[in-house]
Amino acid sequence: MIRDLAIQGVEMLLVLLLAPALTGLVRKVKARLLRRRGPDVLQPYRDLLRLLRKEVVLAEQASWLFRVSPYLIFATTWVAAALVPTFAAGLLFSWSADLIAIIALLGSARFFLALAGLDVGTSFGGIGSSREAMIASLAEPAMIMIVFTLALIAGSTQLSTIAGFMASPEVGLSVSLGLALAALILVAIAENARIPVDNPATHLELTMVHEAMVLEYSGRHLALIELTAAIQLLLYISLIACVFAPWSLAGAGQGIAAQLVGAAGYLVKLAIGGVLLALFETAIAKMRVFRVPQFLGAALMLGLLGTLLRFVSGGF
Amino acid sequence: MDRLAFDIAHLLAGGLVLVSFVLLYQDRLYALLNVYALHAVVLALSVAWQAFVQAAPHLYVTAAIALGFKAIVIPVALHRIVERLGIHREIEAVVGVGLTMLAGMALVALSMVVMLRVTAGAAPLAREDLAFALAVVLLGLLVMVTRRNAVSQVVGFMSLENGLVLAATGARGMPLVVEISVAFSILIAFIIVGIFLFRIRERFDTVDVHVLDQFRGER
Repeated sequence: MIRDLAIQGVEMLLVLLLAPALTGLVRKVKARLLRRRGPDVLQPYRDLLRLLRKEVVLAEQASWLFRVSPYLIFATTWVAAALVPTFAAGLLFSWSADLIAIIALLGSARFFLALAGLDVGTSFGGIGSSREAMIASLAEPAMIMIVFTLALIAGSTQLSTIAGFMASPEVGLSVSLGLALAALILVAIAENARIPVDNPATHLELTMVHEAMVLEYSGRHLALIELTAAIQLLLYISLIACVFAPWSLAGAGQGIAAQLVGAAGYLVKLAIGGVLLALFETAIAKMRVFRVPQFLGAALMLGLLGTLLRFVSGGF
Repeated sequence: MDRLAFDIAHLLAGGLVLVSFVLLYQDRLYALLNVYALHAVVLALSVAWQAFVQAAPHLYVTAAIALGFKAIVIPVALHRIVERLGIHREIEAVVGVGLTMLAGMALVALSMVVMLRVTAGAAPLAREDLAFALAVVLLGLLVMVTRRNAVSQVVGFMSLENGLVLAATGARGMPLVVEISVAFSILIAFIIVGIFLFRIRERFDTVDVHVLDQFRGER
C-alpha cells in the first residue's frame, strides 16, 4: 500500500518535472529544423521561475473567477495526468478513475479556461473562448468514440487494463486500432493547440485560440497556465505511448529494476513523441480557423469507423 | 495462423472501406483519381490475400486484373481525359463534406447491421468480406449521388464495382470466365462513358450534369 502510494507520488512529481522539458525539447527541435539555434531545452523552467517571481497585474473588472481559474485548471490537469500510467501500470489512483474520467477532468479544465477568457470582457478573450468552445464541441465526441473503440477491443476503460491487453499477444492486428490511433493523434493536435489548428509560438495573431484566452494573465497565474499547457502536451503523448506502445511499462507488483527500465523506456518514448511532433509541425502550414471543423470531423469519422469496423470482427 | 489470416483480411477489407471514405472526402479532381488508384491497389492486395488463404489460384488472376486495369490503365486514362477536357479542377459537391460523411457512416452502419444478420451461418471470412463489400458498394453510390461532375461520377461507379469484386472474392470467387467478362465490360463501359464525356462537353461546354436537367426542361 505504502509502496503503491510512493510510486504514484513519484509518477505525479515526474509528470510535473518533465513537462517543461518536453516543451523545451519540441521548441529546440523546431528551431534546429529551421536552422536557428533556438533556446536551451531548459529555458521553459527559467521562464516559469521568472513568471513566478513577478507581480500579478489584474484588470479592474476581473472577478474572483479570473483569479481562481488558473489554480483550478492546473489542479484538474495535473490530476488527469496522474491517472495516465507513465512508467508503471497499476497506479493507485488508476483504479478509482478511468479514461472517461480523464476526459471529464480535461473538459472541466477547458471550461474554466474559457470562462476566464470571457471574464475580463476584452474582445480577444471572447474570440478565443468562442473558438475554443467550437473546437472542444468537436474534439470531445471524437475522443469519446476513440475511448469506445479501445474499450470494445480491450474490454475495459481502465488505462492499466488496456495497456496490459495491448502488450499481450492477444491483441492481434486490427484496423480499428489503427483508426483509433490516427483519430487520437488528430484530437491531441487540436487539444494542445499545435500547428495546423493553432500556433503556440505567436502572441499577436488574429487566428490564435489558446493564446487569445490567456492574454490577460500575468505573473504566477500565467506561470501556472503555461505549466498546465506543458502538462497537457505530456499527458497526450503519455496516453498515446501507454495505449499504443506499452512495451516497457512495469507491471503492478514488479520490483525496482522493472520500474527503472520502465522509466528509461518512458523517457525514450517522450523524446520520440516530442521530435515527431516538431517534425510534423515544421512540415505543415497552419490552416484557416474555418477548416478546423473539417479537420476534427475527420477525427470523429475515424473514431466512428473504428467502432463500426470493430463490430464486424467482434461479431463472431 | 487462422486468427492472423482473418486479421489481415479484416485489415485489408477495412482499409478498402476507409479509402472509400477518402474518395468521399476529396474535393480536387486529380486527388480523386489518385485515391481511386489507391482504392484499386488495396482491392488487389485484399483479393490476393484471399487467394492465398483460400488456396484458390484463380483469384490471383482477379487481383492481377484489379492491379493492371483499375490501378493503372483507368486512372491514367482518366487523367488524360481531365487534361483534354481542361475542366475546372475542383469538384462541386451537392451537399457539404460533413453531411456526406455522416451519410456515409450511416450507410456503413446499415450494411453491417444487414449483412451480419443475414449471413449468420456463413464462414467468418466470407461474412466480414460481404459486410465490407456492401459498405463499399453503398459508398460508391453515395459518391455518384453527391457529385455533380461527370468525371467524379465515373470514379464513384468504378469504386462501386470494386466493392462487387470484393463481395465475389469473399464468396469463394466468381468463375474465371465471368470474372474476365466483368472486367472487360467495365472497361467498355469506361470507354463509352469517356466518349459521352466528350459529347456532353462539346454540347454544353461543361461536365456538370445539372446542365442536363436544365436541357430536358426539368428546372
